[in-house]
Amino acid sequence: MNNVIMSGRHLKTTISAEQIKTLEKASRRENLGRSWYKFSRNPMSVVGLVMVVSLILIAIFAPFVAPYPKHAGPFTDFHNAKIPPGLQYFFGTDVIGRDVLSRIIFGLRSSLLMGVVVLALVVPPGVILGLVAGYFQDTWIDTVIMRITDVFLAVPPLILALAVASVLKPNLWNGMFAVSLMWWPWYTRLVYGRAVALRNEYYVSAAEVTGASTAHILFREILPNTLSPILTKMSIDIAWVIIIGSMLSFVGLGVQPPEPSLGTMIADGSRYLPDQWWIAVFPALAIVLIVLGFNLMGDGVRDMFGAEGS
Amino acid sequence: MSLSRFFIRRIVYSIFVLLGLSIVIFIIARIMPGDPARMAVGARAPQWVVDGIRSHMHLDQPLPLQYYYWLSDALQGDFGLSLVTQRPVTSDIREFLPASLELVLLAAIISSIAGIGLGILSARYKDTWIDNAVRVFSYTGIVTPSFVFAILFVLLFGFTLNWFPIIGRLSDNLTAPPVHTGMVTIDALIAWQPKVFVNAIRHMVLPAMALAMGSIAQAARITRSSMADNLSKDYIAAARTLGIPERVVSGQLLLKPSLIPTISILGLDIAATMSIAFLVELIFNWPGLGRYGMTAMLNKDLNAISAVILIFGALFILANIIVDLVVAYLDPRIRLRSARSD
Repeated sequence: MNNVIMSGRHLKTTISAEQIKTLEKASRRENLGRSWYKFSRNPMSVVGLVMVVSLILIAIFAPFVAPYPKHAGPFTDFHNAKIPPGLQYFFGTDVIGRDVLSRIIFGLRSSLLMGVVVLALVVPPGVILGLVAGYFQDTWIDTVIMRITDVFLAVPPLILALAVASVLKPNLWNGMFAVSLMWWPWYTRLVYGRAVALRNEYYVSAAEVTGASTAHILFREILPNTLSPILTKMSIDIAWVIIIGSMLSFVGLGVQPPEPSLGTMIADGSRYLPDQWWIAVFPALAIVLIVLGFNLMGDGVRDMFGAEGS
Repeated sequence: MSLSRFFIRRIVYSIFVLLGLSIVIFIIARIMPGDPARMAVGARAPQWVVDGIRSHMHLDQPLPLQYYYWLSDALQGDFGLSLVTQRPVTSDIREFLPASLELVLLAAIISSIAGIGLGILSARYKDTWIDNAVRVFSYTGIVTPSFVFAILFVLLFGFTLNWFPIIGRLSDNLTAPPVHTGMVTIDALIAWQPKVFVNAIRHMVLPAMALAMGSIAQAARITRSSMADNLSKDYIAAARTLGIPERVVSGQLLLKPSLIPTISILGLDIAATMSIAFLVELIFNWPGLGRYGMTAMLNKDLNAISAVILIFGALFILANIIVDLVVAYLDPRIRLRSARSD
C-alpha cells in the first residue's frame, strides 16, 4: 500500500517492496546512529550506561562474581564475624560472619528485579488508561479515570505503598505489588496530557473518517507519538522504584532474611554503628551507585528524545 | 477567573480528593487478612466478646455501610483505639503530630535557605569550581535516598565527630517545657528556657538535614538553571544597556522570576518530605507521627494506619494549595494558566 511514491504532478514511480525494506532499514540505522549521537554527546550518560550494564551483568552472574556465593543464603561462621574490610573480605563480614560484598552482589538482584517488574506492571495499564481518558476527553470515561488518578496522585506514593505492604505478607513480590499499585497514575497523567493534545491532529481525524477502529487510533496513531516521554520517564523512574523498594525492605516490609537485600542489610547494619560501620555503609553506597547509574543513563535518554519527558 | 474563585474551586475539589483517599484507605484496611474484631480484643478473648465487638464496630454490616460509619466517626475525630498504645488514635495523633511538624518545618527552612543560596552561588559563579562543586553536590543529593543520608549522618556527625545528638528530642538531664504547642522549640521559647531551646535545636539538626538534603539539591539545581536561562534573555541585556545598576538587575529583575520554578518544586518537595519522615524518624527515634505511623504499620494497627495516612494526605493536599497560592502571588500568569487548564 505504501509502495507508490508520487513525485511531480503526473510522474508515478513504482518501487519494489524489497527496495522499501532496504530504505527502511537504512533510515532505521540512521535514526539509531542519530539517537546514539544525542545520547553520547554527554559523556556522563555513557558512564551511566556502562554502570547500569555492569550492574545488570553482575546481578545476573552473581553466583560466579561473588567471592563467597554461599554467604547469600542461611550461612553462619562466627569465627569470622565482624572482620573489618581487608584483603580476604573486601567489604568485611557481618555479625554472623557473612561476606558483605557477596551479599551486596546478591542484593542487587532483588533491587533490579524490583525496578524492572514494577515498571513492567505499571506502564501498560497506566498508559492504556491515559490514552483512553485523553482520547475520550470530557466524557464520563475521562472523568472517572482521571478523578481516580487524582486521588492516587494526592499523596506521596511511599506512604500508600508502605500501608499496602504492611497489610500484606511481607515479601519481595508483595512489595512490588504495593509499589505498583501506587505508581500507575503517574503514567496515566503523562499520557493523558499527550493524548489530549494529539487527538485533534489531522492524522487522527484522517483515521477517524476512514473508519479506523478506536483500538487502531489509540495504539497505532496516538501511542507511537507518546512513546518518547514514556521511555524517558521510565528510564528515570526505575531509580525511584529501586529507592522505594529499598525503603520497604529497610523497614522490614520487603525482602525477608536470610535472602539478601540492600535495604535490610542497611537496617541490620545500622544497629552496629559505629564500630562495625562497614556492615551498613557499603550496602548504602551500593544503592547510591545503582541510583546514580540509572539517573545518569536517564539523563542521556532524555537528551536522546529531547526534553519532552521532563 | 479571579484568584479567590480559583482557590475556592481548588479547595472544594481537594475535599473530593480527600473523600476518594478515604475510600482507598478503607479498602486497604479491609483487604487485610484476618478478623479486625478478633485483632481488637486479642486471641484469648471468648467468642461472644468478639461477636459483641463485631457488631459494635459495624463489621456485620455490608461494606458501603461500614464505610459510612467509619467515615462519619472519622469526621468527628474518632478513629477508634490504637492496638499498640491502647489509647484513642486521635489523642495519639495530637501528641505525635507537633514533633513531626517541627521537624518538617526546620527541614523546610534549611532547604529553602541552603537550596536557593547554593543555586544563586552556582549561577553567579557559573563554570567555576564553585559551580562545579554545587552541581556535584546536588547530583549526589538527588541520587542518595534520605535514609542513607540519615545513616551516614549518624555515623559521621553523631558517632565519629560527636557534634550532634542522634536520638530523641531532648537530652535526659533536661525537662521538657510546659506543653503549649507540642513543639519543644516553641514551647521552650514561650517558657523562656534558652538552654532547652538550644538543646532541642541540636537534636533536630541531623534528622532535619537528612530530610532536607534531597530538596536542597533539587532547589539548588533548579535555581541555577532558571537563573542561567533568564540571564541570557533580552530583558536583562536591555536593563544593563539602560544603565540600571547591576545590584538591581541581578537582585530584582533576575532573581524574582528565577525563583518561581524553584518555589513550586521546593514546596512539593517539602510536602513530600512528610513521607520520608516515616523512615527518618524511625532511624533517629524521633517521637513524631512518622514513627508512630511506621510502628502502626509494622504492628498492623489498622485504626492508627488509616488515621495517619488520612492526616498525611490532608496535610499534603493543604501544602499543595499553599504552594499554589504563593506561586500565584509571585506570578499572576500561573493562575490564568491553571484556571484555563483546570
